[in-house]
Amino acid sequence: MVDFTLWDILRNLLLAARWTVALSLIAFVGGGLVGLGLLVARIARWPGAERFVAGYVQLFQGTPLLMQLFLAYFGLALFGVDTSPWVSAALALTLYTSAFLCEIWRGCVAAVPRGQWEAAQSLALNFSEQLRHVVLPQATRIAIAPTVGFLVQVIKGTALASVIGFVELTKAGTMITNATFQPFLVYSCVALMYFLLCFPVSLTARALERKLHDRR
Amino acid sequence: MRIEFDFLAVLAQWPLLLHGVAWTLGLTAVSALLGVGLGVACAWARSQGPRWLRWVVGAYVELIRNTPFIVQLFFVFFGLPAAGVKLTPETAAVIAMVVNLGAYAAEIVRAGIDATPRGQFEAAASLALNRAQTFIHVVLPPALRKVWPALTSQIIIVMLGSAVCGQISTEELSYAANLIQSRNFRAFEAYIIATGIYLLLAIGVRGLLNWFGPRFIFGGRRG
Repeated sequence: MVDFTLWDILRNLLLAARWTVALSLIAFVGGGLVGLGLLVARIARWPGAERFVAGYVQLFQGTPLLMQLFLAYFGLALFGVDTSPWVSAALALTLYTSAFLCEIWRGCVAAVPRGQWEAAQSLALNFSEQLRHVVLPQATRIAIAPTVGFLVQVIKGTALASVIGFVELTKAGTMITNATFQPFLVYSCVALMYFLLCFPVSLTARALERKLHDRR
Repeated sequence: MRIEFDFLAVLAQWPLLLHGVAWTLGLTAVSALLGVGLGVACAWARSQGPRWLRWVVGAYVELIRNTPFIVQLFFVFFGLPAAGVKLTPETAAVIAMVVNLGAYAAEIVRAGIDATPRGQFEAAASLALNRAQTFIHVVLPPALRKVWPALTSQIIIVMLGSAVCGQISTEELSYAANLIQSRNFRAFEAYIIATGIYLLLAIGVRGLLNWFGPRFIFGGRRG
């Protein structure tokens, strides 16, 4: 019989928190790249892109992340891919993140005044130059605060990966509970760790938002 | 390699799916009602309550908004019994959903309250309304009207989040899908169908709330 001290619980949770952070970063970076691609396809008005992206966003925003994780887990297996919880969780969270970021950024691009596009056009810039040199720099400024705010959603979303067997903070909490029979203490510690991860990010997002509004 | 799908094997279990849908909608309805009520109370406390209460509500809102729903649910279902509070899965699910929605709704409603023009308070005072009357009749209805779309989105987020409640064996839709796939091993098909139903529910509930709000919550086209 091994006795778990509070330090043992915290130490093991801290070790597991690494994977929460790693998965969050993968989903955030991957989702950002996919989301940017979708965004460009949409504002470039490629044929069919607008409807496709709208459907894509509706699909991922209108269904539970848990179901998306299950579908990635069992779906990949159907195609003969050896499904590890890592791959399924990374894939599902990346797609989920991309849909939300694409939608957030679309709003930011729409917030850039129409005249900026026209001014760029009158300087004979082509579409990608207009986007790179005129519109995106301005949209990025507006986008930073809500994007950082969404990072909190991603970190919290990774908790669901525990359900398909990915050992991160929540799953580690469940496993430690099964060993110590102290669910109250363990889940309090788990919640505290998520809070310590997320709260600074929330505060940063709020500070960025205030800065943006002050500057205007 | 050939992949064969058998959706009929899943659809044949439609009574289970229907039972799950009913539970999901029921949980959502109860949580939405109580959660928005809690949110309004917290929004009032935060904008007009005494200082210590503002601090308590602020801590509650930040704590809930910065931790995952699944951890809140596990804390209520597994943690509280250790502290002496025994709960059925359904009660635990409702408590977790109400507490979760309450925190988000508080922030949303507060934004609406903060947007109330000064003149409204002065007009209410000149009609000799007391603070409670001012809040209920003057401040709250236009505040809810302003933030109704955001509140609707949050209720839908909570409904989709309720899929997690299947993990503590609440018999909602994701639990039904899980049960079906454990019977016929058609996991992918079961989850595709459940996901499709969730999508329809999300669209349906959004339409319902858009229709419901103006008629019953904050009245007509006034203001």
